[in-house]
Amino acid sequence: MESEKRPLPVVTTVILGILIAIGLAVAIFRYIHGLGAATNLSDGRPWGLWISFDLYCGVALAAGGFVLTGTVYIFNMKRYYPIVRSAVLTAFLGYLMVIVALLVDLGQPWRIWHPVIYWNPHSPLFEVGWCVFLYTAVLALEFSPNVFERFNMKTPLSVIRAIQIPLVIAGIVLSTLHQSSLGSILLMFPESLHPLWFTPILPVQFFLSAVAVGLAVVIFEMSLSDKGLGHHVDQGILAGLGSAIPYVLGLYVVVKIGDLLVGGKLGLIFTSGIYSVLFLLEFVGGAIVPLILFALPSVRQSRTATFWSALLVILGLVLNRFDVSWFALAPRLGTTYFPHPMEFAISIAIVSSGILAYILATRYLPAIQSIKKQPEAG
Amino acid sequence: MSVGMLIDLTKCIGCRGCQIACKQWNELPAEKTHNRGSYENPPKLSDKTWTYITFHEIADGSRVTWVFAKDGCRHCLEPSCASACIVGALHKRPDGAVVYNAHKCIGCRYCEMACPFGIPAFQWEKPVPYIQKCTFCEDRLDQGEEPACAKTCPTGAIEFGERNDLLQTAHARMKERPDKYVNHIYGEKEVGGTSVMYLSSVPFNKLGFPTYGPEPLPRYAHIAMNAVPPTIGVVTVLMGGVYWIIKRRDKMMSQETDGVTEPTEKEG
Repeated sequence: MESEKRPLPVVTTVILGILIAIGLAVAIFRYIHGLGAATNLSDGRPWGLWISFDLYCGVALAAGGFVLTGTVYIFNMKRYYPIVRSAVLTAFLGYLMVIVALLVDLGQPWRIWHPVIYWNPHSPLFEVGWCVFLYTAVLALEFSPNVFERFNMKTPLSVIRAIQIPLVIAGIVLSTLHQSSLGSILLMFPESLHPLWFTPILPVQFFLSAVAVGLAVVIFEMSLSDKGLGHHVDQGILAGLGSAIPYVLGLYVVVKIGDLLVGGKLGLIFTSGIYSVLFLLEFVGGAIVPLILFALPSVRQSRTATFWSALLVILGLVLNRFDVSWFALAPRLGTTYFPHPMEFAISIAIVSSGILAYILATRYLPAIQSIKKQPEAG
Repeated sequence: MSVGMLIDLTKCIGCRGCQIACKQWNELPAEKTHNRGSYENPPKLSDKTWTYITFHEIADGSRVTWVFAKDGCRHCLEPSCASACIVGALHKRPDGAVVYNAHKCIGCRYCEMACPFGIPAFQWEKPVPYIQKCTFCEDRLDQGEEPACAKTCPTGAIEFGERNDLLQTAHARMKERPDKYVNHIYGEKEVGGTSVMYLSSVPFNKLGFPTYGPEPLPRYAHIAMNAVPPTIGVVTVLMGGVYWIIKRRDKMMSQETDGVTEPTEKEG
C-alpha cells in the first residue's frame, strides 16, 4: 500500500461539480417537459449533438481500452503494462458516459434494455446496443481488479485472473464489432449521407480510425495525467505507442483514397464546397499530417510534439464523426439545426463527470497508477 | 398478396377530405398553424398529421396550373424504418402495411433518420413519447375495410386494392392517355417498390418527390449485418492464435537464454 496520497485538486473538483449540477438540472427539465423543450431536435433532424459527440465520438475515444489490453495481454508487450490499467479505466468511464448520454437522448430511456428481449438482427443499431451492453460488462470485469485489490478481496481477484485472456479476447471481438457497427448505422443513409463519406465499407473505415485514435487517446491521457495527477510515464512508452500510429493511419488513408478512387469520387474532394473543406480538414489535418509526424523519430522523442500530434489525430476523428453523423448528413427538406444550450449543458456535464470519476478513481484506487511490471499472464 | 393504393394526381381536387378523414379515424388532434400564403396546411407531416395534401403551382406554357399531391407513408416493400428499428417495433405486416408496435419502441428515432420519404414523426412535446405514422388504417384493414383516406376521397383519386391490380390499372391508364400522364408510376420501382403509388401529369421531381433508384435502401446495412457472425469467428480465432503463438515464442526464447535450468524439453 502506498501511503502518500495527493490532495484532490480542489478548484477543478468544484468547477466540475458545478457543471455536473447544471447538467442534472437540465436532465430533470428534459424528463418533465420532453425532448422538444430541451433540444432543438425535430423530425427533420432527429439526431443531434448527443449522438454526434457523446455517442459517436465517445465510443471511438474509448477505443484505447481494447487496443491496450490487446497489446499487453495478447501480443504480450509487457512494457506497456504500466499504462494498461489507466486505458481500461478510461474506456470503462467512456462507455458509462455513452450510456448516460443515451439515457438522456432516448425517448423512453427506461426501455433501454428492450433490445435484450425484442430482437431485430437486421438493424445495425441492434448490434450497437448489444455491443454497448456486453462490452461495458467486459470493461467492468477488466476494471474490477483495481477494486478487489484495494479491499484485498482474494477470491474474486483470482477468478478474474483466471479468465483474463478470454475476457481480453471478448473485449477485442466486441470492440471490433462495436466500432465498425457505428459505421454500419450510417449504411442506412445511402441517399442522405454525402458521397464523400458514404461507402459500403464505412464499417472498415470506422474500425481503422478507432484503432488509431485509441492509441492517440492513451498518449493524450498519459501526457495530461503526467502533468496534472503526477502519474509519470516513460516517454519511451508513449513513443512506442506513437510508432504504431503511422501504420494504422497509413492503412486508413490507403483504404479511404482507394475507396474514393474505385467509386470514381476523387474529384469530389475538391468540388464539394464546404464539404470539401470539412473533408480536407479531417483527412489531411487529422490523418495524413499526424501520420507523417508520428513517423518522425524526432517527434516521438519529444514529449510536447507527441502530445500535439496525438491531439491532431483526436481532433481529426472528432471532426470525422461529426461529419458523418451530422454535418454531411442531409436533414429533411427545410430543416436547420443548431444545438440548444441545454444540449451543450448535458454534454458538458457528462464529460465533467467522466473527468471527475477519473480523478477520484486514480486517487482512491492506487493500483491504477502503480508502475508494477508484473503482468499475470505470460 | 399485398395491399396498395394508387393515387392519381390528375383526379385530385385538393379538397383535403383525406387529411380530415385520417385525423377523424385515427383520433389525431388539430395543429395550430400560421397563414403561409398557401392553402397547404399544416405545412408538414407531424405526430398529429399522418397525411396531408401538398399544393404545387406548375407553369404550363402561358398559364399556371395547380397540382395536388398526397404526402404520407408509402408503405415500402422493403421498408428502411423496419430494417432500422432496433427492437422491431416497426414492421411490415404480411398484407403489406408498415405498422408500429408502441410497446416495444425505445424512442431512438433511427426510423426517422432512415426513412427516405421523411415519414415517421416523434412526439417531441411529450415526456413519454412515441413514433407516429400512417398505419394504412390497419384496424380497418382487419375488418376488410379500405383506409379512411381512400374511403372518403370524392373523386376516386385514391384507389385502394391489390398492389398488382393497381399497377395494371395504372399502366392501362397511362397507355390510354399518354398525352395526359407522364410515363412514370412513382412507387412502382423506387427504393424497391412501394405499396402507395402515384400517377401524375407533371414530372414527379417538380412536385418535390425525391428521385430514387430501384434498389432497396437497407441493402448495404444488410450486407454489413450478415458479416457480423463471421467477424466474431475470425477475430476470436485470430486473437486466440496470436496469443498462443506469441506466448510459445516467448517461452522458447526464455528457454534459449536460460536453457540450462529447463530440462523438460531438449532442443538441438
